Amino acid sequence: MTEPAIRSTRTIKVDTLARVEGEGALLIRIQNGEVRDVKLRIFEPPRFFEAFLRDRDFREVPDITARICGICPVAYQLGSAQALEQACGVTVDGPLRDLRHLLYCGEWIESHALHLFLLHAPDFLGYPDAIRMAQDHPDVVRRGLEIKKTGNRLMQVIGGREIHPINVRVGGFYRLPAVADLHALVEPLERSLEAAIDTLRLTACFSYPDFERDYEFVALSHPDEYAILGGRLVSNRGLDIALEDFPAHFDEEHLAHSTSLHAYHRGHGAYLVGPLARYNLGFEKLSPLAREAALAVGLTPTCLNPFRSIMIRCVEIVHACEVAIGIIRAWREPPAPSVEVSPRPATGVGCTEAPRGICWHRYTIGDSGLVKDARIVPPTSQNQASIEEDIRRFVAAHLDLPDEDLRWKCEQAVRNYDPCISCSCHFLKLRVERT
Amino acid sequence: MNPADPTRGAARRLLVIGVGNPHRGDDAAGLEVARRLQERLAGIGVGGDSETGAGAGAVTTAATVDIATGEGVDLMSRWEGADRVILVDAARSGAPAGTIHRFDARRETVPSSFFRYSTHVFSVAEAIELARVLGTLPHELAVIGIEGAVFDAGGEISEAVESAVRSVVAELAETLDARD
Repeated sequence: MTEPAIRSTRTIKVDTLARVEGEGALLIRIQNGEVRDVKLRIFEPPRFFEAFLRDRDFREVPDITARICGICPVAYQLGSAQALEQACGVTVDGPLRDLRHLLYCGEWIESHALHLFLLHAPDFLGYPDAIRMAQDHPDVVRRGLEIKKTGNRLMQVIGGREIHPINVRVGGFYRLPAVADLHALVEPLERSLEAAIDTLRLTACFSYPDFERDYEFVALSHPDEYAILGGRLVSNRGLDIALEDFPAHFDEEHLAHSTSLHAYHRGHGAYLVGPLARYNLGFEKLSPLAREAALAVGLTPTCLNPFRSIMIRCVEIVHACEVAIGIIRAWREPPAPSVEVSPRPATGVGCTEAPRGICWHRYTIGDSGLVKDARIVPPTSQNQASIEEDIRRFVAAHLDLPDEDLRWKCEQAVRNYDPCISCSCHFLKLRVERT
Repeated sequence: MNPADPTRGAARRLLVIGVGNPHRGDDAAGLEVARRLQERLAGIGVGGDSETGAGAGAVTTAATVDIATGEGVDLMSRWEGADRVILVDAARSGAPAGTIHRFDARRETVPSSFFRYSTHVFSVAEAIELARVLGTLPHELAVIGIEGAVFDAGGEISEAVESAVRSVVAELAETLDARD
């Protein structure tokens, strides 16, 4: 509620949403016309999961951690599987690794498509939500649903189920997909690739706020591919480390009086993970058609405007489709759906690029294959500090707006990051405190 | 399943979808309804379903019971091809716990405030509205919302909701039997 004009404290506060545990909380304090404080709570770190993974059998970890995120379970399944495989001295390579890559392409496609078409595009086309956008642009929405469906199908064929894949295990998979089922995916992938290029052209015509920041981007880097399954961790400020060195360079802090956790690159500050980070750090590794499509619409290998992440997600859909088609065409069935993994007391790390950014896992296996310790760092919580900074600057430029409009602007700023909260139109109930 | 079975085509005619999150207390209400209906149908030799969402098709009743997370786009593809759909979900409207809300989605807008999925994606309400705009709503779509009270992680469903679940299961079991 907006206070009357005589009170110069506006508090923008977001309460917890129905069915969500404390996410969606945004508090903005404005004093004498200046933004004093921005406290954003958009994701709760999976401390609960880290705790109850202890004393579970190591083989249960991928399925349990998949429950952390309903929209990117593959990121958790593969991150945890690889960490445990490392601990056990096993590498999943060759066709099984390709199959993981294929599954992950499916997740990128469906996650990006959902966000782009149903959550983000309405902002740019001037609609409060996708439903109203669909009234005037049904074909755009249908196109988005088709692309999402392709991603879902990929996940269903390889993962065994669309929403929560059940086929992923430490060591590989429980079952190999039928070759015919894989080949049947090529045609929808080709159609979705074209649809994504068309959509990129559409997004290139959107009007973007003039907003750029000098971010520190952090992403995986791999010599042979646009990194998704693993590699080293790099940044545009000189970071270049092995996955196991993550804790030595990144801190998570509970700020005073805040329930949210902020992640910092030690000695540097807030950083950004996700499509914008990947794009800026790995443009030349994008698939040929993705690179070509990006350049054709006027993008360059550097993009510092978070609002343009809608274009970057589109580019990544093109990339994921092209990579997926390539894997399927070159597919040669391996002799077994998984490799043998025997547990031993050891610690292993794994990190993959979830649609939203790097998702880092570390597990210590104790006796009898039971988990002794778990640490999981999801992407959205790593972006928290950067998102707050974006909001601070964005709000500062729109202070004269009434709270309702200000809230809408803040939601748009948050939606650039596609955090695990941006789904509903009004996920932020803003309370502005003005003094 | 015999492809020549005359009820096979009818298997998709009535689809009951229980929606929810099994790990959040009363949010499991819709899932519980579906699960118990499946058990009942299995008890009389009729196919129910698992989380794969692949309708097993009915033998004596032309109905399928599905379980879904409530993600809107997923729901829209599940009800493709079904003539009559009954969606059951937990609701959060401030009404007393255990209240049973009913909506005829063909004739009215379902309030999105009632049925929040996670903060993640489209909920039941948004899926219905989007399908309406795109012209893909089933011929009949009834939404049953069971008002929840407690949505804590890991909790059981509360007493009032348990009682409403039983009542909805009994009602739907009759509906399914009555379609012979």
